[in-house]
Amino acid sequence: MSSDRHPLFMPLILVGGLIFGFGLGFSQMARPEVVLNFLQFEDFGLLFVMFGAAIVSGIAFAVMPRIRDSAPLTGNRYERRLKPFDRNVLVGGAIFGVGWGLSGICPGAAYASLGIGNVSILWALAGMFAGAYLQGVWRSKRAAADTAPAGAD
Amino acid sequence: MVADPVPLQLAAELFPNGISRYAVGGLLVGLGAVVIYVGTGIPAGASTFLESTLSYVSGQSRFQQYVSSRDWRVVFTLGIILGGLAFAATVQSGVITTSLYQPGTTGELYEVGGVTLWSTDVQAWRLLVGGVFVGIGTRIGKGCTSGHGVCGVGSASKTSLVGVASFLTVAIVTAQIVAALGVSP
Repeated sequence: MSSDRHPLFMPLILVGGLIFGFGLGFSQMARPEVVLNFLQFEDFGLLFVMFGAAIVSGIAFAVMPRIRDSAPLTGNRYERRLKPFDRNVLVGGAIFGVGWGLSGICPGAAYASLGIGNVSILWALAGMFAGAYLQGVWRSKRAAADTAPAGAD
Repeated sequence: MVADPVPLQLAAELFPNGISRYAVGGLLVGLGAVVIYVGTGIPAGASTFLESTLSYVSGQSRFQQYVSSRDWRVVFTLGIILGGLAFAATVQSGVITTSLYQPGTTGELYEVGGVTLWSTDVQAWRLLVGGVFVGIGTRIGKGCTSGHGVCGVGSASKTSLVGVASFLTVAIVTAQIVAALGVSP
């Protein structure tokens, strides 16, 4: 499967992850308390993290398609991250919001939090895997139920 | 020139820990995503790792669509963990000091083998229950704070802007209710 992959593909992913995780540590997003302070309007610094990161990535998303057709390590076309909108975006967003507001933790920050020594974050990671598994079981069942009658027709 | 005290006072209230650690950290988070995007064309998010990793151990049809990307997603996540550790071993341990970083007073610092580590005071049940909601929500909602919040907003995606608005609003309401109920930390 990965035999035709560029030899620098995995190292680059690792380096990208390292910078990403270092940034989450530096910005203190890996500390649930700091996220909760933002959500309670006690410290608005988080806005600078999200918009700072979005501006940097936004520049790359705007510039790269103009200077190259495809990425050197994969041959993938440079495209923006566009996902179709449906009700799930609102429903899922609201459920995520309950979890984020309760715990102060989101996936990327949770991995970085483990790196800065926050062993307690394993509770959150266990919860995230359980939640992702639950929705997977439910949606797999629903997908099977949707296709079954169609197959009988 | 004398600085106008009103904006300064406002800044001190809205940003009690300054803005530099947030801005610098955010730029690095964006840079990490950009490094991967420039090399591979992939606008990476952190939450798909949950489902893609479950495909190693579960045959549920929902997870199979991520089989082709699960290997690099494990590497990406390992990178994020090691990036956090690299931060702990340098800036958090005081090996590298910069005026751009303000350490803060939350949680507890402890030391292992000369590296200053940090752990949260937030209660385990909040982390666990919150984690379950995060796990369900990001996967149904097609993204998290990095996928929607960084890559999606950077792409000016309307779907991601709506996603961010919905989780941010609900998270604020949830955190305010939990605080009002006296739960701390």
